[in-house]
Amino acid sequence: MKAFATLIEQLSTTTKTAEKVEALYQYFKVANDRDKVWAIALFTGRRPRRTISSTLLKTWCADYCNLPLWLLEECRHTVGDLSETIALLIPVQSDIIYTSSPLHVYIEKLISLSSANEAEKKAYMLQCWQQLNSSTERFVFNKLMSGAFRIGVSQQLLIQALSKFAQMEASFIAHCITGKWDPSLISFHELINVSAPSADVSKPYPFCLAYPIESGLDKLGDSANWLAEWKWDGIRGQLIKRKDTAFLWSRGEELITEKFPELNQLFTYLPNGIVLDGEIVAAIHDKPLPFSLLQTRIGRKHISKKILSDAPVRFFAYDILEYRGEDIRQYSLENRRKILESLVTSLNVHTLFISPSISFTHWQELKQIHLQSRANSAEGFMLKKKKSPYYMGRKKGDWWKWKVDPYTIDAVLIYAQKGSGRRGNLYTDFTFAVKDGDKLVPFAKAYSGLTNAEIAQVDAFVKRNAVEKFGPVRTVKPELVFELAFEGIHLSSRHKCGIAVRFPRIYRWRKDKKPEEINTLADLKALL
Amino acid sequence: MGISNVKIYIHIANNDIYFLFLYHMPLIEFTDKGLYCPQGKFYIDPWRPVDKAIITHAHSDHAKAGSAHYFCHTLTKPLLLSRLGPHTIQDSAWGVPHHINGVQVSLHPSGHIIGAAQIRVEYKGEIWVCSGDYKTENDGISGAFEPINCHTFITESTFGLPIYNWLPQHSIYESMRQWVLKNIAQQKNAILLAYSLGKAQRVLEALAPLDIPIWVHGAIWNMHESLSNAGVALPLVQRITPEHTKSNFKNAIILAPPGADGSSWIKKFTPYQLAVCSGWMQVRANQRRNNADIGFALSDHADWNGLLQAIKATSAEKIFVTHGFQAVFSKYLKDQGLEAEEVVTAYGQEEEASKTISE
Ligand SMILES: [Zn+2]
Ligand SMILES: [Zn+2]
Repeated sequence: MKAFATLIEQLSTTTKTAEKVEALYQYFKVANDRDKVWAIALFTGRRPRRTISSTLLKTWCADYCNLPLWLLEECRHTVGDLSETIALLIPVQSDIIYTSSPLHVYIEKLISLSSANEAEKKAYMLQCWQQLNSSTERFVFNKLMSGAFRIGVSQQLLIQALSKFAQMEASFIAHCITGKWDPSLISFHELINVSAPSADVSKPYPFCLAYPIESGLDKLGDSANWLAEWKWDGIRGQLIKRKDTAFLWSRGEELITEKFPELNQLFTYLPNGIVLDGEIVAAIHDKPLPFSLLQTRIGRKHISKKILSDAPVRFFAYDILEYRGEDIRQYSLENRRKILESLVTSLNVHTLFISPSISFTHWQELKQIHLQSRANSAEGFMLKKKKSPYYMGRKKGDWWKWKVDPYTIDAVLIYAQKGSGRRGNLYTDFTFAVKDGDKLVPFAKAYSGLTNAEIAQVDAFVKRNAVEKFGPVRTVKPELVFELAFEGIHLSSRHKCGIAVRFPRIYRWRKDKKPEEINTLADLKALL
Repeated sequence: MGISNVKIYIHIANNDIYFLFLYHMPLIEFTDKGLYCPQGKFYIDPWRPVDKAIITHAHSDHAKAGSAHYFCHTLTKPLLLSRLGPHTIQDSAWGVPHHINGVQVSLHPSGHIIGAAQIRVEYKGEIWVCSGDYKTENDGISGAFEPINCHTFITESTFGLPIYNWLPQHSIYESMRQWVLKNIAQQKNAILLAYSLGKAQRVLEALAPLDIPIWVHGAIWNMHESLSNAGVALPLVQRITPEHTKSNFKNAIILAPPGADGSSWIKKFTPYQLAVCSGWMQVRANQRRNNADIGFALSDHADWNGLLQAIKATSAEKIFVTHGFQAVFSKYLKDQGLEAEEVVTAYGQEEEASKTISE
């Protein structure tokens, strides 16, 4: 645990990617194989389920430290993270130095305790609290226990470090650690070995991701080298068919095959040895419906007939990564697309479409077509170089996303809450309102979009103007006006104002505007 | 004088004798200019210009320019002159009673920074102590915090949450030295950001035994000069000037105030590693926000247990809580059966708003 805690400390303090990779590499060098597997699992989001609810955790900690629960809550608001709060509250036993066990011992013990009674769980927790010496070790333990381990390290860095350690190609490593595997059952050698007999047929490829376009289109050179596609507002998915079984993966590496029964026919007809990249879109025929309709389906266990008829999904394919069992990611996009076109045409299944390429002769023309994105139910364009291979992860240069300008509205800040994690202790989570007659109606929460200096200014304003003194939320005088940007807007019965917006964020601080000048609820509804 | 100002103090001197005092006004009032003693007609750490100002210590949120007469500890005087420019300043040694309009005033070490004082105010047998900023651990430079018996204690609460518990100074110093040595071994400069008055001198003490050249930013140099001239023994340092270029800094220790991070000034020390020395570093989010490679939770303020012990040691019947987590801390004291009240002051504000890591 000590080595892993040191790694976590290094990852969270250094800002330089080379140092992060080095820290990971050094960890893999010293960690035993079971710990390596668990570390990879944790960094790829395969964390064990929580053993103890956060309510129990808080109660037991307050008892143990002899502090009132409200004070523990205040501490948590300041720290921004419960596991860290508890790690800081537990008094250190400086007289006895314990040696902590390897990481997997704690994880496996916690998993074995999942069905144990509360007393057994509590006994183990107290024992660990007393024996883990550093606050980082206690922090990691609390994270594992509460099922909240979300310490971010980008997949690319993890892959680089593993590649250096195992002396294998990064693309190979990426493929190995993607998909369905259970850290409790797999050994390090089985994991970093895709050709082993036990290799999983469901294994997806890492998604190729695009950066937002930064410069003018002219900088991209000759427009004839580029392919333009609509950027669909759906769920990015990888569709795999191997050994007569189909798998649908989301970009978050979640297996979502079962969620879309209308794709079953497609799964059946698709030949073996195929991997497609595309978008799951709610659509009538090839005409996409708003994302909000798809959203109503996500997270539901039971898909009713009504949902199936209101928001039927289609798979809009835009790339093919494996064909006849062969990895063809190194083929040029042009060639991959030809294969894809012939496959889609020959299959002739009504739920599979090819995401059309937009024909244009020069950039100026493309700019004109871009203006029709919303009318085409798209978020804008994807621009892809015709000669490009299918890259692993996010890479600059050959793929760009070119989104439509967001909707914007001027709103006033009315509530503030302290942020968590990176921004704990500062007021960074805001609720904004528009005018409705002489009332203010909250309509959006936004967490990002301000510079550090602006955050400090708003934080100081909140601290000076807050009504409450305790608890997480502060009501402030409606005085600061911000221009909010968002991607979509739809009616919602779950929101007080009757409207929900997608991806709201702070576009800029309108210091030039007074609260009387903000937009109205009617302005907002006019965007529907 | 309104009836609301009447306060009754019941003072138990021994088991069977009860004294009853009746006062028409509190000894210290909380006004919009700062803490005011109406009987003595003086202010403590006023944030606006007044006639007579008693200054606890030379930090900028406690020592404001423009008042007519100042009164402070002997070691604070040169710092005030250096920070505020020429002013009329009367100074005093520790514990010497002074009489101001019939009120007895004396200064006692608060352990916060060099010259930092608690102000003891006594009038007709009633004693109030204003803590200023304080630290209960003896850092070896600032003087040891002196617990004073009083009826009313005005305490700070900068770190008034139980998550703030400091490691002993020697073990923080040891980690700092290890960190510096690790960087030097990797051919990197070690930059430490520390508040120029108080923290910087402690960091110097910690690192001087390493015998590695120490360079300081101009702001720290100014404090260093003032303190050296006042007879405080400090390790040798070199001042960084615009004439120094990259080639001057190889495997060196650089000491700079918190504002230096993110400035172009810092670039001439590349390659370097950056440490921030502040109690706020206790929380990981603060370390990351400051883009520090490491944070040392080294503070000039009392931690949670330090605050509680200090309050207990005064035997005060009434506690006023200022400067920090006053709402939470006073609520906790009330939970514990103490008579406590929060007071909103301007202390800490300016620093907190401009820079989260300074104290
Ligand atoms: Zn101070
Ligand atoms: Zn202060």
